[in-house]
Amino acid sequence: MFAADFRIILPEAILAIWAMGALIAAAWTVKDAATRALTWATAALMLALALWIGTGTGVDSAFDGSFVDDRFARFAKVAILLISASILLMGEGYMTRRALMRFEYPLLIALATVGMLVMVSSGDLIVLYMGVELQSLSLYVLAALRRDSPRSTEAGLKYFVLGAFGSGLLLYGASLAYGFAGTTLFSGIIEATADGVSLGLLFALVFMMAGFAYKVSAAPFHMWTPDVYEGAPTTVTAFFATAPKMAGMALFARVMFDAFGNVTGDWQQIVAFLSVFSMFLGAFGGIGQMDFKRLMAYSTIGHMGFALMGLTAGTGLGVQAMLVYMAIYVTMDLGAFAFIMSMERDGRPVTDIRSLNLYSRERPLVALAMLVLLFSLAGVPPTVGFFGKYYVLHAAYDGGFGWLAVLGVIASVISAFYYLRIVYFMYFGRETQPLDRVMSPAAWVFVVGCAAIMVFGVVNLFGVEPAAAGAAAALVN
Amino acid sequence: MTAAAFTFYLFSLSVLAGGLMTVLARNPVHSVLWLILTFISAAGLFVLLGAEFVAMLLVIVYVGAVMVLFLFVTMMLDVDFATLKGEMARYMPLALFIGVVILLQFAVAYGSWAIAPGTETRVAAPAGAMENTRALGVLLYDRYFLLFQLAGLVLLVAMIGAIVLTLRHRTDIKRQDVIAQMMRDPKTAIEMLDVKPGQGL
Repeated sequence: MFAADFRIILPEAILAIWAMGALIAAAWTVKDAATRALTWATAALMLALALWIGTGTGVDSAFDGSFVDDRFARFAKVAILLISASILLMGEGYMTRRALMRFEYPLLIALATVGMLVMVSSGDLIVLYMGVELQSLSLYVLAALRRDSPRSTEAGLKYFVLGAFGSGLLLYGASLAYGFAGTTLFSGIIEATADGVSLGLLFALVFMMAGFAYKVSAAPFHMWTPDVYEGAPTTVTAFFATAPKMAGMALFARVMFDAFGNVTGDWQQIVAFLSVFSMFLGAFGGIGQMDFKRLMAYSTIGHMGFALMGLTAGTGLGVQAMLVYMAIYVTMDLGAFAFIMSMERDGRPVTDIRSLNLYSRERPLVALAMLVLLFSLAGVPPTVGFFGKYYVLHAAYDGGFGWLAVLGVIASVISAFYYLRIVYFMYFGRETQPLDRVMSPAAWVFVVGCAAIMVFGVVNLFGVEPAAAGAAAALVN
Repeated sequence: MTAAAFTFYLFSLSVLAGGLMTVLARNPVHSVLWLILTFISAAGLFVLLGAEFVAMLLVIVYVGAVMVLFLFVTMMLDVDFATLKGEMARYMPLALFIGVVILLQFAVAYGSWAIAPGTETRVAAPAGAMENTRALGVLLYDRYFLLFQLAGLVLLVAMIGAIVLTLRHRTDIKRQDVIAQMMRDPKTAIEMLDVKPGQGL
């Protein structure tokens, strides 16, 4: 039994063992001089694992069903591994310039990734919690990585305190669910809720959803997002905005369908509320922001609202739309953050969007790529971002949430203002001192590459759509 | 009232009193001491349940190690607790109000608490004729192996975090180097100078 179980968790085990081995090796030998090699090796390992997991087939479960390996988990895992590897590759230049290349950095990213992989594969409330904690704890440390900066320390502390509160809510909900069903296995909970849900279990549901909303920074549990995004080193912020959101959304969907799939009506209204609140808070909150990183925080909140709209539909189509939306969202954000990392003046990072005045004259190609990415973030056709929005709106309408789709369109129009304002600064702003030309080749590849994906992806979304459909079919049946 | 019931109420009462006093005590060191009472009483409750291993673990790990560490930390912290308490008093009415509302909501939820039908088939089977310690070991290293390892990883990350965020390699201080010290001899360590009278070095 044990060998069979171990075969299923092998990718996670390999990544964890790599992190531990590399940690010991680096600590005993050259320490921070090894960071560059470790960064590349970790990224290569993640890419290899993504390739390996991507070729997997069938449905398997390990440890009495507490760890599930199905198409849904594999879709999310491949996405998470690709994101983590991308962050490591594109962030190297920034981390070197900021003197943050400590050997623990790539390994903490690897350990956080292990936590995320466990999260999306969980078939049991305790496994879920362990994955969430492993991920969160690594992220708290990463947020405070620039320990000499009060901002970064504040970000780490704030994230830690609020994240611990979110974990507490999640855990309390999980204990109530256990009290109702007598088991922490999702398969047991769905069996126990076959005849509907009691008032006590409704409390459990609400508490757990509040915990998940914290992890994906959906309003009204978003308070930490702008401060943490602003304070953390930009590479780490890019990581926060992408991989944990993908993992959190996948986890959200898994618990809702695998454990509470019998009582869809009870959670749909809550997800709908989270969705509307997030979309509008993201749309209005970003208007006053001149700091690019804070602006991206509100952008994240808004996008989470759209992704939750897919989940609200409560159908296979909705989950598919959510996965497609998340895949598009992380691609756009990776490109945008690769650009923010390269914003520097006089050797210091700047994040004020007014510093981009007339950027198009200095580097026309990068400015054009950013224009495409920002249009895509705003959801302007014919970029891929528009199709992501179209998918979730369609799914929401299909699932009987026409009003939600209408509100989504309105929020999308409002949020377009702050994306287009950046474009305005880049093309028509006043003349100011230009930014330094420090963009590393890897960051350039990501900015231009992600923009190219946003343009050429309209043909067939690079095959994400059938993969997401298969993943959704594995979850909703 | 049987002896067991009497002990149960005794321990429960001291758990509650200890917990309350942990929050209310003015002196943080007293708070830690009250918390120790809470843990010891909880250990007593575990013994009543027949979970003697967990009870001893609670005393050894929490009281013996964690709380003593806490005690040192609170004694070393230079925090003006009086002003902190003053801040707290300002928000007390609002906090009390919210607390009472949440409590009432929970009363509603627990008042109508229902356990799902068929739960007895889902709860984990008892370990059978095995000592507690052995049963715990079998569960931890077999059925909950994955969770056990993940918990280990979480602790590892906590350790890495503590080191990453606090360790500073100082180069301007002298460190002990045993080999270098042993390899020294008078020829390299002592220098003979011919000092003329009245001149100094």
